[in-house]
Formats: sequence, structure tokens, C-alpha cells
Amino acid sequence: MKTKNSNSKKEFINQVRKQKGLILIAAPFFIYFFVFSYLPLWGLTMAFQNYKPHLSFFEQEWVGLLHFKNLFTDPDFYRVMRNTLGMSIINLVLGFVTAIAFALLLNELTGKLYNFKRIVQTISYMPHFLSWIIVCGLVSNILAMDGGILNEILLALGLIKEKIHFMGKPELFWWIVGFTNVWKSMGWNSIIYLAAITSIDPALYEAAAIDGYGRFGRMWHVTLPGIKSTIIVLLILNAGWILNAGFEIQYILGTNGLVLDVSETIDIFVLKRGFGRSGGFAFGTAAGMFKTVVSAVILILCNKIAGWVDEERLV
Amino acid sequence: MRKSIGDKIIDAFIAFFMCIVIVVMLYPLWNTLITSFNDARDSIKGSLYLWPRKWTLFNYQSVFKTDKIFKAFLVSVARTVITTVLNVFFSGLLAYVLSRKEFVFRRFLTVFMVMTMYINAGLIPQYFLYRSLGLINTFWVYILPSLVGAFNVIVIRTYINSLPASLVESAKIDGASDMRIYFNIIIPLCLPVLATVALWVAVGSWNSWFDSFIFAPKQELSTLQYEMMKILSSSMQSGVKQPDYLAEASQQSRNMVTPNSLRAAMTMVATVPILVVYPFLQKYFVTVNIGSVKE
Repeated sequence: MKTKNSNSKKEFINQVRKQKGLILIAAPFFIYFFVFSYLPLWGLTMAFQNYKPHLSFFEQEWVGLLHFKNLFTDPDFYRVMRNTLGMSIINLVLGFVTAIAFALLLNELTGKLYNFKRIVQTISYMPHFLSWIIVCGLVSNILAMDGGILNEILLALGLIKEKIHFMGKPELFWWIVGFTNVWKSMGWNSIIYLAAITSIDPALYEAAAIDGYGRFGRMWHVTLPGIKSTIIVLLILNAGWILNAGFEIQYILGTNGLVLDVSETIDIFVLKRGFGRSGGFAFGTAAGMFKTVVSAVILILCNKIAGWVDEERLV
Repeated sequence: MRKSIGDKIIDAFIAFFMCIVIVVMLYPLWNTLITSFNDARDSIKGSLYLWPRKWTLFNYQSVFKTDKIFKAFLVSVARTVITTVLNVFFSGLLAYVLSRKEFVFRRFLTVFMVMTMYINAGLIPQYFLYRSLGLINTFWVYILPSLVGAFNVIVIRTYINSLPASLVESAKIDGASDMRIYFNIIIPLCLPVLATVALWVAVGSWNSWFDSFIFAPKQELSTLQYEMMKILSSSMQSGVKQPDYLAEASQQSRNMVTPNSLRAAMTMVATVPILVVYPFLQKYFVTVNIGSVKE
């Protein structure tokens, strides 16, 4: 046993010697990942200290779970959690329904309409590549009180009697975020469903046609069941990101006092408490850590469930 | 299958719906485009829908003549170009190392790298790390944190694995060093996937503003996106001060600049590079996107 062990050890050292070149290239990457991704984890100790930036690690005062206790008794915390979950759920549901419906309809553009389909696809993917700053600027232009096109259209159609201050209505804010997300990523998200649709057996469509199903009947009874497992797996995987309701759009569009109450997400809370108040670093870190840990648990659970569902499909 | 009349009606209905989608997707940008070419004073009157009323290039002149905006534009270009070149080079290099089946630390380094996609210490620990590395308020805070991307490495490695292994082996037998193999064999053969990754990195770097906001708030390091962010939030909130160049730009000439028209021109300046690379992006992203999900 012992000789075998030392043999494999020798072999390992031999290999290391032979692969000096590769190891020399790989080492800096190891250091890079260590410094930029693993080293900051050390900073999480802040969450358990009364952290003062000018003191060294050994001089810090340890306070145990005090920051977490403060976090869970903070009424603002429950407000931002409500906002985060509310916007996440709206984004999730709206995002799924629109992307799937869009993919189903795109799939119907065949024959002479195939080139038209390519054009629609190209245009619909485009907003995905625009920055949130630009998107938020576009949204605020469209929804503006004076000169905003949406107000003009609604007025012209007689649907409203006077202009609506969209950006100042708390009850509309979550929906504005939801539909902006739809605008930005509906096309992009439909790619995966279109790919799933291509793997459906064409014979199924012919059989359904013989059975007398029309276009929408085939969509409902062939296409949709054909991509059902893809939908379920993606839905579960995306549910894992439920605490990531977004940051940029809420931060940019939601900072005016009128909607602040409903716009702040957990990420904004971390930012504002961490950097906005003196001595807030430790509290902000604790809040961020809470989010990361809960997210990780949900993510792992969802991945597990998605894995089971996927296996079931294969069986 | 021949289409019946009923089918054709449904086709027409779907096509009509898709036309609405196209309009909804494109109109916001179109509206900004015409605002950027319209006289700022005239734009205030509103009802600018389809075409500029009073053509002017003055908004664009202000963008490039206002010192702070032009500098921000240069910083944006610099960070995008440098980040892209370095990230592609290093991601490719690591991908090559991890594609070598015989490499002793292959499994370990792969797991170590993939973990970085999931662990996240959070904003504040990250800030303190950059501070102790002396990166705060330096140009390097744009570059160093994105030298290598784990996801990019996986994508490139998958591509390298699809190449015949004999290429690298024969070069090895001929006595070529690993760096030489990377430069002379891997890079030329991987150009398509490297181009794809380059475009992703470039778009991401060009579009980011948050790192300026938190890690490099100094005016000299401001980027185009961050300047737009400042103008946008000053117009959304009453308490936030407008960037001072807005007033300067209007004083310097008889023409007027409003936050809105200046931002419209900046939006176009920030969007055009993306629209230019977009067709190239689109050529690849469908395949890579699906491949990465299957991974």
C-alpha cells in the first residue's frame, strides 16, 4: 500500500515537472481568481463586527449577530423585501408569458413569411444590447407628461381625459419595470423556446392536422406540450433568481420621492445603507450577506428540482 | 402543405401583430433620434413624432465640444478597447490550458474558476478589496476586475475541444512551447469564438456605469454612460444638481441646449457603436446561447 502511494506521488511530481510550462501559465490565473473572487469573502467578517475602516482586523469590536438583529427589526427591510419579491414575480410571469407567446407566433411565420420572421427576430433581439441608462432614458421620454407619446396616444384615443404622470404613480411603478423588462428581453428570451420548437417531430403536426386541428389547435396541442419541459425547467431555474429583481432600472427611475417607497429593492437598500450612512459598512454587508445566503439556498433547491424534472423527461 | 384561406387570414393577423411589435421595439429609439437632430428650443414645444421639425447638428456639436462629455467618451472608448483585448487574450489562454486533457491541475482549476460565477462577497467587501489594492478612482478599476471571465473561458474551451486534438499534439512533438501553440495554432483557429466573446465583452464594458458610480466617481474617469446617468437623474429628481456643463454649453452660443436634447444626442452616440457591431453579434449568438444552456 505504502509503495503504491509513494509511486503515484512520484508520478505526480514527474508530471508536474513535465508540465512546467502549463503550470507557469495557469498560476497567475489561480492568483487572479483568488484575489478578485475569493479574497473579498474575507470581508464578510465585517457583518459580525462594529466595523471601523481605520482599525486593523484585530482591533475591530466583534458584535455577533447584532447587525442581523437590527436588519430583521428594520421596517425598511420588510418594505424592500416586499418590493423585491413583488417586482420579481411580475418580471417572472410577464417575462415568461410574453417570450413564449412571441416564440409561438414567430414559429407560425413560415413559407413566404420566413424572411419577415428573420427581420422581426433581428429587431426584437436588439434592445437586449442597450444599456439600462439608455433604456431608462427611452422609458422616461415615452412616459413623460409633456410630449410623452403614450399620453398623447391615450388622449387622442379618448381613453383618458387628462395626462397621467406615469413616473409619479406608486401603483404603476412595478408594472412600468415589468413592461420595460419585457421590451428589453422578450426577443432575447424567445431564442431558447424557438430552439426547443425546432426539435418537435414534424409528423406530430401532420397527425394533428389529419385529426382536424386548426393552426391554433396545433399550437395549443402540439407546440406548447412539445416545449413544456423546457418551459418548466427554465421557470424553476429563473425562480432561483427571485431576490434579483434588478437594480439599475429601479435605481434610475425610482429615485424621485413619489415612488421611492415602492421602487427600492434589496440591492438598493444594501447600497444606500452601506455607503449612505457613516458606519453603515457593517450593516450593509450583513444585509448583502443575508441576500446572498438566501439566494444561494433558493438557487440550489431550484437547480435540484430542475434536475429532477429534466431526468423525468429523459425517462 | 398548401395554405388555405383560413391559414392566410391567420398569417395576416400574426404578421400585423408582428408589425406592431416592430414599431414598439423601434419607435423609442426613432423618437430619440429625431429629438437629437431637432433644435432644442423647438423640441420643448413637444409633438415631435415622425420627423425633425428644425434640423440641426448643434446637439451633436455640443456633445463633442463640451470638454467633459468628450473626455467621458474617450474614457469609454479606452476602457472598452483595453478590456476587450485583454479579456479575450487571457480567457483564450486559460481556455487553452484547461483544454489540455493531461494537465494535472485541470479539474481543480476548472472548479476553482467555475465557483467564481456563483460566489459573490457583495458590494461592500468588493469595495474594500479595491481600496486596499489602490484601485479606487484609478482607470485600472475598469480593467483589472474583468481580465478573465469564467463563462467566456468555458465557451472558448468548448470550442477548442471541438478542434482535432492532433493539431496541438503534433506541434508539441515538434517542440513548440505552450505560448507558441496558443499564438500560432489556437488563436487563428478560434477566431470565430474569440470574436463572439470580444463582442460580448465590448458591449458589457461600453454599457456599464455602475463601476464609475461606486469605484471611480472622479470626473476625469467618468464614462459616457455615467454622464448620461447624471443628466438623467438630475432631470428625474429635483434635489440632484445638473452637471455644470449644461449651463456652460448654452451660454457659449446663441443656440440652446436642454438636458433632454443633449441626452438624446448622447444616447445616439452611445447606441450607434452597438448597432454597428450588432449584425456581427447576431451571426454567432444564437448558436453560442443555446450551446451554453446545454452545457
